[in-house]
Amino acid sequence: MMSKLNMACLVSSIALLAAQPAYAEVITVEAGEGEQERLQEALILAEPGDEVVLGEGVFTLTDGLSLDVDGVTVRGAGMDKTILDFSEQQDAGEGLLVTSDNVTLRDFGVENTRGDGIKSKGADDIVYYNLRVEWTGGPLETNGAYAVYPVESSNVLIDSVVVRGASDAGIYVGQSKNIIVRNSVAEYNVAGIEIENSREARVTGNYVSHNTGGILVFDLPNLPVMGGGDVLVDHNIVINNDVPNFAPAGNIVAGVPMGSGIMVMANENVSLEHNVVDGNATAAVIVVAYTQSYEDDRYNPFPRNVFVSNSNQFGHNGYAPDLPGGGMLAVAVGGAIPTIMWDGLGENAVVTNGGVAALSLGYTKQGQGPESAAPDIVTDTLPVAAAATGATIPMQHSAEMEARARP
Amino acid sequence: MIATKIIGRGVLAAAVLALSSATLVPSPAPQAAQTIAVNDTAVLEQRLPRKLSDFGFFQNGVQQVPAANVVPYRLNIPLYSDGAEKLRFMYLPAGLQAIGGGEGLLELPVGAALIKTFAFGEGDDRQLIETRVLLRRADGWLALPYKWNDEQTDARLAIAGARVDLTTPAGEDISYRVPNKNQCKECHGVDGEVVPIGPKARNLSADWLEDLAGAGKLNAVPDGHDQLPLWENRETADVTATARGYLDVNCAHCHRPGATASNSGLDLRWEQDDPHALGVNKRPVAAGRGSGGHLFDIVPGDADSSIMTFRMRSDEAGVAMPELGKTTIDQDGADIVTRWIEEMQ
Repeated sequence: MMSKLNMACLVSSIALLAAQPAYAEVITVEAGEGEQERLQEALILAEPGDEVVLGEGVFTLTDGLSLDVDGVTVRGAGMDKTILDFSEQQDAGEGLLVTSDNVTLRDFGVENTRGDGIKSKGADDIVYYNLRVEWTGGPLETNGAYAVYPVESSNVLIDSVVVRGASDAGIYVGQSKNIIVRNSVAEYNVAGIEIENSREARVTGNYVSHNTGGILVFDLPNLPVMGGGDVLVDHNIVINNDVPNFAPAGNIVAGVPMGSGIMVMANENVSLEHNVVDGNATAAVIVVAYTQSYEDDRYNPFPRNVFVSNSNQFGHNGYAPDLPGGGMLAVAVGGAIPTIMWDGLGENAVVTNGGVAALSLGYTKQGQGPESAAPDIVTDTLPVAAAATGATIPMQHSAEMEARARP
Repeated sequence: MIATKIIGRGVLAAAVLALSSATLVPSPAPQAAQTIAVNDTAVLEQRLPRKLSDFGFFQNGVQQVPAANVVPYRLNIPLYSDGAEKLRFMYLPAGLQAIGGGEGLLELPVGAALIKTFAFGEGDDRQLIETRVLLRRADGWLALPYKWNDEQTDARLAIAGARVDLTTPAGEDISYRVPNKNQCKECHGVDGEVVPIGPKARNLSADWLEDLAGAGKLNAVPDGHDQLPLWENRETADVTATARGYLDVNCAHCHRPGATASNSGLDLRWEQDDPHALGVNKRPVAAGRGSGGHLFDIVPGDADSSIMTFRMRSDEAGVAMPELGKTTIDQDGADIVTRWIEEMQ
């Protein structure tokens, strides 16, 4: 049943010519015969302010869905009750694509898309709430790259989502600004959560486990938006990231060592506070310059002012670094890599407020490989500051956006 | 046949003559005696016309005989659409002109429309599958897909798209995809606006442009017109021009700044000269398994190691490029891009 459309049919196409109603409508779409067309039609014909309500059950979808109307809410009956199943998907690069502003996606699950799960591009003020995006066959190279994928957007709120199985990043926010990712679960992905080429981001209160790497904060060259920074990673549980890397070669995350807790590459003003980081075999925290060759005059490949607070709780990490010669390296420094593994590049790259153990690999130039590393414990030589400086980070979003992320 | 995909100078001249004299294209079809005018209200105002016939673009739909002021055209290099025969028309209301804008898109006046019909099968077996229209309204372009009925009497708005089982000219049985309204915009969107893709001066023949200008329907033949080689001459034409033309037509509507794949940083427009932006030694950003295990979009001299040709030669959703608008692999297109990469130093 799709009440709005049926009504439109009943009163014939004249209804389509009529002035648009000033009030928001609720358009209900149930699973079953014709669900692909009915659901897509609802997403196309929705008006700003409308709510498209998805019934309980499994929607079997053969093509990617898309939403291009501002101010629409798509609401299911729960992340395990309303399921958009893309196992039979035949085209499009993602399951659901959102290209409009002020959209709320909530309370449904997305399974087994052929490419990315949910992508929002140029979609400002978007709220992802209580969603599950999953490849149900576990971590496989044939899974799509990103589960939740906002890009080129301002004001992004991701709250209480569950992502599993992404062959790149479970939650990936790229080329965006003013971002909060919170209270979410990322498991069995290559990267649990990744903030890339973005500014003003807070990653807080997430449970990030059984990925290859837990939380990544990266900046890459040659993209339309660069200069990532001003990122706060706080109050996350980053434990037992122990899945072998299953990213297809060619992707930057294919180089992430198994058991990387929190990894920062070529960013500025990144602050790690009050996290619990335990059971990550390579290192709790990795801070590095961009590892590959590049040609881009606009790009700064070095990490700058990455603040690792002693308010974090670091457990047993770094005991089996997934690096060439990693075993010997661990033995050489007393059996385990210290909390921070830094490649040694960048001025004021790593800052602490004291008491956080750090290893420098002693690299002398960007793009250097580990074979020429000159490791050294640098715990006592890192710059010390009381807190992170220079970062402008959203603690929460506007009241209007926050209201869209409530039960 | 009156309207075919090959629009020679003579046919075009006849069509343009028809425009200027307000008579119709000479035709054995009985409909030729009757003047059908385009319904400008449908083009300009009616929110979502439900039937293709509402527009009156054709005096004979199944034969694709255009109405007055509807001019057929072809592109030097076409977009690949599973081998569909594509019949393209431009509607310019009486008294209005297209404006040339250099080698790029012709600027069409409010009230104009672009119409493209997709057909499979030869001769009497030809079936029209869908007709896509782009309407130039006062507030911008609107893209709508219409799916032909089995009886071939009319096409209905398929706002949510459709699938049609058919056999391609290459003999492949496929589930052909009629795009939905949003997918129209995914390819036709630049900076949030819907724009045409096809009728760029560089991809239009000099003859056609001159005829259009001669008929007063174009202000002047624009500089930089007719640069792309003819697709049927691809074996002998300059490889770089042909491959770059192919990428411009088939890929650059998404892979350019401001469009659907802008975040990839890959810019495949004809006017882009920076090798890195074109993919040479460029690492992928969000390719996922689309990388095929390769490190760069284009490895000069080594198409087998290039992501670009890997994705062009895939028919798997999530890997295949382009993502929309085709189900099968364009072997000819992949071959010319392969030759281009192989010859690259």
